[in-house]
Amino acid sequence: MAFAGRRDAPEPPDFGILKRLARDQLVYLLEQLPGKKDLFIEADLMSPLDRIANVSILKQHDVDKLYKVETRPAPGASDQFCFLVRPRVRTMRFIADVTCDEWSFYLLPLDEDIISMELPEFFRDYFLEGDHRWINPVARALQLLNSLYGPFGKAYGIGRCAKMSHELWRDLEEESEGEGQGRKPEIGHVFLMDRDVDYVTALCSQVVYEGLVDDTFRIKCGSVDFGPDVTSSDRSIKVLLNAQDKVFSQIRNEHFSSVFGFLSQKSRNLQAQYDRRRGMDIKQMKDFVSQELKGLKQEHRLLSLHIGACESIMKKKTKQDFQETIKAEHSLLEGFDIRESTSFIEEHIDRQVSPIESLRLMCLLSITENGLIPKDYRSLKTQYLQSYGPEHLLTFHNLKRIGLLTEQAAGETLTAVESKVSKLVTDRAAGKITDAFNSLARKSNFRAISKKLGLIPRVEGEYDLKMPRDMAYVFGGAYVPLSCKIIEQVLERRGWQGLEEVVRLLNGNEFSVSDSTVEDNPAWESQRVILTVFLGGCTFSEIAALRFLGKERGCKFIFLTTAITNSARMMEAMIEARA
Amino acid sequence: MDCYTANWYPLGEEAFYRKLELYSMEWGLREDLRDCVVAAAPYGGPIALLRNSRRDKAPSSRPLLEIYSASGLLLASVPWKSGRLVQLGWTAGEDLLCIQEDGTVLVYNLFCEFKRHFSMGNEVLQNHVLEAQVFHTEFGTGVAILTGAFRFSLATNIDDLKLRRLPEVPGLQQPPGCWAVLSQDRVTVVLLAVGPELFLLDNTSCSSVTPPGLSPSAGPFLHMAVSFNHRLLALFCDSGYIWMGLATLKEKFCEFNSTVRSPPKQMVWCTRPRSRQRAVVVAWERQLMVVGNSSECIRFVLDEDSHLVPELDGVRILSRTSHEFLHEIPEASQEIFRIASMAPGALLLEAQKEYEKESQKADEYLREIREQQLLPEAVGQCIEAAGYEHEPHTQKSLLRAASFGKCFLDKFPPESFVRMCQDLRVLNAIRDYQIGIPLTFTQYKQLTIEVLLDRLVLRRLYPLAIRICEFLRLPEIQGVSRILAHWACSKVQQKDKSDEEVAQAINQKLGDTPGISYSEIATRAYDCGRAELAIKLLEYEPRSGEQVPLLLKMKRSKLALGKAIESGDTDLVYTVVLHLKNELNRGTFFMTLQNQPVALSLYRQFCRHQERDTLKDLYNQDDNHQELGNFHVHSSYSEKRIEGRVGALQNALDEFNKARNDFAAKATEEQIKLLRLQRHLQEDFDKPYLDLSLHDTVSTLILDGHYKRAEQLYREFKIPDKRYWWLKISALATRGDWEEMEKFSKSKKSPIGYLPFVEVAVKHHNRYEARKYAPRVPPEQRVKAFVLVGDLEQAAEAAMEHKSEAEMNLVLSRCSPGTDGALAEKLTRARAQLLKK
Repeated sequence: MAFAGRRDAPEPPDFGILKRLARDQLVYLLEQLPGKKDLFIEADLMSPLDRIANVSILKQHDVDKLYKVETRPAPGASDQFCFLVRPRVRTMRFIADVTCDEWSFYLLPLDEDIISMELPEFFRDYFLEGDHRWINPVARALQLLNSLYGPFGKAYGIGRCAKMSHELWRDLEEESEGEGQGRKPEIGHVFLMDRDVDYVTALCSQVVYEGLVDDTFRIKCGSVDFGPDVTSSDRSIKVLLNAQDKVFSQIRNEHFSSVFGFLSQKSRNLQAQYDRRRGMDIKQMKDFVSQELKGLKQEHRLLSLHIGACESIMKKKTKQDFQETIKAEHSLLEGFDIRESTSFIEEHIDRQVSPIESLRLMCLLSITENGLIPKDYRSLKTQYLQSYGPEHLLTFHNLKRIGLLTEQAAGETLTAVESKVSKLVTDRAAGKITDAFNSLARKSNFRAISKKLGLIPRVEGEYDLKMPRDMAYVFGGAYVPLSCKIIEQVLERRGWQGLEEVVRLLNGNEFSVSDSTVEDNPAWESQRVILTVFLGGCTFSEIAALRFLGKERGCKFIFLTTAITNSARMMEAMIEARA
Repeated sequence: MDCYTANWYPLGEEAFYRKLELYSMEWGLREDLRDCVVAAAPYGGPIALLRNSRRDKAPSSRPLLEIYSASGLLLASVPWKSGRLVQLGWTAGEDLLCIQEDGTVLVYNLFCEFKRHFSMGNEVLQNHVLEAQVFHTEFGTGVAILTGAFRFSLATNIDDLKLRRLPEVPGLQQPPGCWAVLSQDRVTVVLLAVGPELFLLDNTSCSSVTPPGLSPSAGPFLHMAVSFNHRLLALFCDSGYIWMGLATLKEKFCEFNSTVRSPPKQMVWCTRPRSRQRAVVVAWERQLMVVGNSSECIRFVLDEDSHLVPELDGVRILSRTSHEFLHEIPEASQEIFRIASMAPGALLLEAQKEYEKESQKADEYLREIREQQLLPEAVGQCIEAAGYEHEPHTQKSLLRAASFGKCFLDKFPPESFVRMCQDLRVLNAIRDYQIGIPLTFTQYKQLTIEVLLDRLVLRRLYPLAIRICEFLRLPEIQGVSRILAHWACSKVQQKDKSDEEVAQAINQKLGDTPGISYSEIATRAYDCGRAELAIKLLEYEPRSGEQVPLLLKMKRSKLALGKAIESGDTDLVYTVVLHLKNELNRGTFFMTLQNQPVALSLYRQFCRHQERDTLKDLYNQDDNHQELGNFHVHSSYSEKRIEGRVGALQNALDEFNKARNDFAAKATEEQIKLLRLQRHLQEDFDKPYLDLSLHDTVSTLILDGHYKRAEQLYREFKIPDKRYWWLKISALATRGDWEEMEKFSKSKKSPIGYLPFVEVAVKHHNRYEARKYAPRVPPEQRVKAFVLVGDLEQAAEAAMEHKSEAEMNLVLSRCSPGTDGALAEKLTRARAQLLKK
């Protein structure tokens, strides 16, 4: 795909059909059990289910009562139980003697351009435990999207999981003897990326509005609970955050510094529209009330909610801490004053600011510096254990395994474990063998990659965050997200040519496959619609950056992610909680 | 053609029957058929013979079981070594059932290869089989037995064997005169005759029944016949009287008096689907009688001993030298061929013949049909009639007539003509002497092409089957692929070829034809005891997942594991792993997993939730001391008591030492030390300290005013100065012990500077205290400190001293226009001056 000329980005395909498919299949499954039944739902499926089928649909199909899986059924309830669970060992322990049907619900459209698989555990399961169980659902998700919106003409990707998912998907397609041939596609390209290709971006503090809201309030399944401090009342309000929200859709991708200005401008406009009432006669007033008032009120309500959210964020973030953290982060990204940043982190730990934040900064230091020098590695960890508790010994072990917090290797010599692993990698399954150990030897090479790709923009004067020049705006102009840069480069070059050095530094596993059977018509809009697949989660900052890129280059990015993530979620996934 | 109707025999006003020769049999039978047990499968199926079984009981001569095609070609033979045979019969799938006297039923395929056996139950075993019948219903093929105790046992489907013993017939002291199996409303019942009485035996009861309109002088029943579709019943009585009616005994069609008083050898129905004519064929030693709704009957003399085979649309008659088919002439054929027929089809046939002779009569005939506007009917009749003809010559002339007639029609849909041509080609091909399946068109349509292909495959006539598929353009998956797969399945049974040869031959022919499952073929190879071949064949299976079940069955579990992993289906991997777990001893199981990281990590996940102790064993096996250490650390947290926790951590410490993880070892050691200390603290202060980090422990001590103990921990655990100072001043500030804080600030030079003192004090809203420390803050942070304590004057002074624009801005931003106007002005001026330079 070439980014030729500036064109308007195409409209995204309609993903509502995914919801309808999931709903129909659920209804079908429920109808397999005629008569009254109680539905037991696993806790983390509650929100997704709510987005697919509301209570009245469930009631229509004889669902009597709803329970969480962990709770015991009330005595005298229906004599049929229906369980809706993920295939996990721990939940299956609650359930005995059942017949199983698969609800092949892989994809939840969160917004017009975001589809989530709602698999937050993917990150830990795959990247830490080397568990391949979710690769199959990913391949099936691709198959479904390909059948509905494809055929995808071109697939790019990087990362071992990306490669495996892509191969499995191709196998599935082959087995099912594609019927989709000759159809005009709605999505032309697909790009798969493993989260471990770019940890740095995910570890940064988010400063675009949507990212900040996620970091501060945690967006769950596309909606957020604004607490009393935001609503300035005594209750929480659940707000759906998507393109339907007229206010939110205008600020979600903006750098936080410009959001306040926008909101106050907006409220002035709104006020002006209200004020028009003054000079109206009766008829005009009638029209105003019947036509505009409702919309204005709705907008007003949303506006005050977002202003409340902004204030709450400001309160939390404008403390010195936040400014200094951002400063330290930028130093880490740019690679200067490492000693100072290290002391900053140390102080952060010593003062018990926040276990997650401390851990995040340590990881960011490690990953940007290719590991900590041995002295710091020991001392920071010791400090951390003293501050936040000894159980984090296990957390550190996890972080080391996944490659997020490592010690700078003295030389290039293979460790005993590595040579053992490489010995095992001999048979046909070699390509698919997990390498949880590999990360031990894996270097992030961030500094070198950053230089190669120019991730740190050279700015003369202030970076105008209101009129961004590049994707760096999502991090205050300090850093172009690596993941998005790779996607931009590969799409621009229609492959990995010229990126050989970067690929080497990223530990390879890149691919670029054209499906020769798919007609490649450059006039089709689908050529400018790209499905980006993040295996292990993607952040709202990355989404904002690619939305920006899409607008610049006249193309549309669709996001398929195993889950929406951010630094805190990633750290939490690594933390070994007390049993 | 003039003598076409020479072999037509009328029965009553409307019906004609004809007997035509299918094959002249060259099976070289030396015995008479009456000396053999004979069974011929319906739908032109094979014929099974067991020679000299009954009479010659000399043990020296083993009887021979032979199977012939319908044309008399020997398919296979085998000496009969089992027990005394009572009855032979064929299943719907063309397997031969051999019912022995002891109630054992042996199942052979049509190449005399033994497949399996089953028993009809203990009662049959004890009392022996007196008589047996094989019957077909919608449930499949069934077997009914009359035992020596005059009780009936039956199974309606031998593939899903459920034995039923029917209730006793009251007062039955001798074998019934005759009996038959009826299928009514999906229930299988037995109808039996005891002298002049009829009884119906169902699952639970025995009831006496009487056929309506039975002649009072009929006498005892000697024979009964049930039609192919179980709807019609015929009864033959002692007096030669024949009753014909519904099998439900609710209606009589007709009766006939044969005047023959000897019991017939065989009696079978001869009808056609959808025909109004119903007739019964009765065979004695030397004569054959076709009787129906007419006072007359058709008689044939039998030169030889014959055997009747009922078919869907007629009766086959087997003898030593010939194989004939007796059937009612279908309407279309009657219309066309009846002497002096003026039916449109007949005229069309004539017209075409005249046309060939280049006679103008052709036009006359044609005009006659067209005038009546019956040409479409004429064409249709000719096409239909072609289907009923056995002779290709006649078929051709009828089809030629149809084709000729079609020329004069604008919009005659071609499908029926084309399909009939295709069907006849297929039928003629399989009726060939070498193939020997004499299917009629009606039977063929009932059987369907799929079943016909199956039957060709059963006879191993693969090339013919494939040619038919190609000729009929059947989709590959239903047609050619399926046949190739069957071929491959039979190929693997060829014991004379090496595994390598067979595998290659199969792959060469099959390639990657869609719909071929190599794993199915491999399964067959394995079932034939060719494990090596099975593995070679599995190599060709592109879908790794498909290979797994067979590999497991073959106990190649490790290979199965590899394939499951390759398939990317983790459920499959779990299946194999759990299989391995049961199959192998623990050590080998673990070793196997060690070589398969994907499976290992899945199993670990399983253990983590399900069997934590197994997890430990896994790590032990691998001498993975690091993970063992982690394991113990993890379990320490589930210990409620300090002693237990220390114990677990001690284990962890040992493992970390073995793993040479100094850091973890040291950290664990420290934690043990801390735990012991916390125990003392709990005892001393009666307050929970367990689960607190070192930081929190010290912090709590300070908050509670135990400064000495805190100091002690600080030294004992070598807490870095910076941390200790941070910790102490924030705890003191929280506690509000400003005096102690001041004392502490003076104890030595602060390693964290004095800004934190200011910050902490301000945080606790004590500006007064904060001000004390502001002057001690080093110059570069002083502005910030003064701003914090709210001393803007001093802040401004320091900022101006530093000539720092940023600092001036900071102070300015805090100036409120009302109270600090002067100061702000001063600052603004200073800033302007600074910028000028």
